[in-house]
Amino acid sequence: MNDMTTETAPAADAGETREMNMIEAINSALDIMLDRDDNVTLLGEDIGYFGGVFRCTAGLQEKYGKTRVFDTPISECGIIGVAVGMGAYGLRPVPEIQFADYIYPGLDQLISEAARLRYRSAAEFIAPMTVRSPFGGGIFGGQTHSQSPESIFTHVSGLKTVIPSTPYDAKGLLISCIEDNDPVIFFEPKRIYNGPFDGYYDKPAKSWKGFEAAQVPTDYYKIPLGKARTVREGDALTILAYGTMVHVVESVARDKGVNAEILDLRTLVPLDIEAIEASVEKTGRCLIVHEATRTSGFGSELSALVQERCFYHLEAPIERVTGFDTPYPHSLEWAYFPGPVRIGEAIDKLLEA
Amino acid sequence: MADQRDDKGTNRPKLALHVPEPKYRPGDKVDYSHLNIPEAGEQSRPDEACEAKDTFALCNDLVRVLGDDNQAHGPWDPRLDADTLRQMLREMALVRAFDNRMYRAQRQGKTSFYMKCTGEEATSVCATHALAGDDMIFPSYRQQGCLIARGYELTEMINQIYSNKADKLKGRQLPIMYCSKRLNFFSISGNLATQLPQATGFAMASASKGDSRIAATWVGEGSTAEGDFHSALTFATVYNAPVIFNVINNQWAISSFSGFAGSERATFAARAIGYGMAGLRVDGNDPLAVFAAERWAADRARANAGPTLIEHFTYRAEGHSTSDDPSAYRSAEEREEWPLGDPIMRLARHLIALGEWSDEQQEDMDTELDAIVRKAMKEAEKNGILGHGLHHPFHTMFEDVFEELPWHLEEQAEQAIRERRIKFPGDPAE
Repeated sequence: MNDMTTETAPAADAGETREMNMIEAINSALDIMLDRDDNVTLLGEDIGYFGGVFRCTAGLQEKYGKTRVFDTPISECGIIGVAVGMGAYGLRPVPEIQFADYIYPGLDQLISEAARLRYRSAAEFIAPMTVRSPFGGGIFGGQTHSQSPESIFTHVSGLKTVIPSTPYDAKGLLISCIEDNDPVIFFEPKRIYNGPFDGYYDKPAKSWKGFEAAQVPTDYYKIPLGKARTVREGDALTILAYGTMVHVVESVARDKGVNAEILDLRTLVPLDIEAIEASVEKTGRCLIVHEATRTSGFGSELSALVQERCFYHLEAPIERVTGFDTPYPHSLEWAYFPGPVRIGEAIDKLLEA
Repeated sequence: MADQRDDKGTNRPKLALHVPEPKYRPGDKVDYSHLNIPEAGEQSRPDEACEAKDTFALCNDLVRVLGDDNQAHGPWDPRLDADTLRQMLREMALVRAFDNRMYRAQRQGKTSFYMKCTGEEATSVCATHALAGDDMIFPSYRQQGCLIARGYELTEMINQIYSNKADKLKGRQLPIMYCSKRLNFFSISGNLATQLPQATGFAMASASKGDSRIAATWVGEGSTAEGDFHSALTFATVYNAPVIFNVINNQWAISSFSGFAGSERATFAARAIGYGMAGLRVDGNDPLAVFAAERWAADRARANAGPTLIEHFTYRAEGHSTSDDPSAYRSAEEREEWPLGDPIMRLARHLIALGEWSDEQQEDMDTELDAIVRKAMKEAEKNGILGHGLHHPFHTMFEDVFEELPWHLEEQAEQAIRERRIKFPGDPAE
């Protein structure tokens, strides 16, 4: 077993790699963890025989049996509640919530129970679960298949929140989440399941084919939680992003010819504050980008942290680019989405300041 | 730490986890002989104001009116006149014609999403006929039949499906998530079972005001697993609310068969028993039985005799939505072999048996309805299709978040409009 913990692209000696999209990379992580640990148990709506509405669990029930990978009643509170109980027994449940927009009935079990079980039982009981859920928009899913509710969870003490942006990261991070002894929310940006998205919705969709980050080791490897990835180095400004927006800001910076340093946060809680500080201290300018609504979004927390810790290095006010504070609209999806124009304006503003 | 189980469990039998499995998977031969389908007309019909327990036997039975001889039988026969029967037939056929055209429109890229209700038309159309026009409907997402039965204009439905500039919901909602306050049809949510406590609350409000309006709500059998279902039933019985819960048991919730909502152990109608609520289980493909059950429950609610849970036993003949491919998880034979037939054909044959209809009239009607749908599509397409520019002005995206626009949304609206000018210089539409 190849136990690599590198946080960048796979090294030459990383063993066999295969080109995977994010769905296949997630499937591979689940497959490996089901194989390595008998306590890993997958549950969720339509994940068994059918293999999940996005196919992330395809083939796993057939391989590991119905008591390790199974369908559930349509009850998010039930799914997360039984995962707490399974964890109390000693299993390592990986519940899937079919869309992040459907997670709300499970919030009591997540916030009042899973997140606090370690604390209130003085660690006699833990909730070692990883809640996987597709999130984000850009697929004309309307307000019930497009939301980015990550800041609801980052606001809760006791929950970790992880969001990958590439197939390679998705697999390595998911394995770390499953092995983690605390409850983790693992949000999968569904707009980039099949290929990176640069924000230009009117251009043909790209697949992951040919991208270095789609070269995924077939074996076990981990990417540690709490470590950001430097997407590109630069000195003009720092851009903090995660999930789909990593690809959008990368393309905007490239198209504008801006020497931006882009950090893919990967883990929102616990946050890689050192990487953020080091970058902002170097560039003196900071842009924060997320698709979620603006008010009390995770960008607010990032902005506060940068202000508190890097104030004397800042040469311009911190800028935030986000979704608007409305429900995710259907027909005006691309007017809502924080795309290249919104990001470009913010970059100009930061550089002109 | 000492093991507190002195025998370490060695003398006890090994537990086993039961995970339900549907009887048939793709390619399997289907045999429905295990289904207990009683003869039409055999079920007793208690008085609408009876005690809830007098309905409990019906929770494990199946109310059927239309027999294999295409005649109406027994005490549940609602004795509708031929005009009403023809009207229900026409509306069910219109729903099907509409579904077929809209499904194709999605495939042609005119919109993002569609959901058919093929085979389930009676459970919405005929149930709606049994209600008064001012009774409030709290639908799930497969109740287009309720709207059509209340005469909603097809063009308005298509405008919503296309999210175009004439869409009354301003392009905000996913296709088919209709709303019509004028027709007492509540806004559809994509989140499941949330409408059930809301229907109960509406009914409680109507009762508290001494009004005569009742509420009726629909939910799929799969969603009865949601906590909201149980909250709704608890409140409804506690307050004796004038509300009807229609559980559409169409056997499948996307790829999960009804066993994942508990059907291996009990019927969905029998959920009523534990709450002390009246319950009925009806043949959902029998338009007369559906009408009769809904009318019974409506009369009961209106007589202050309390809520009713109705399980409509039916079959989802098509995929869950345009995003689903049922051939991946269930046998294609299920639909062909479904023993309760097709609601439209059953009502047509009944009318023919009564001498009130003919195959020729049926054919002419189908042609006429398809033409009506196509005309409505053309009309709606003048207002645009999804993603082709003819949408509501950008500022509308920020309206109705609150009654009044706060400063931050006004700023964001200005931002959106500025972005549009940058993206499409010279285009006056905003």
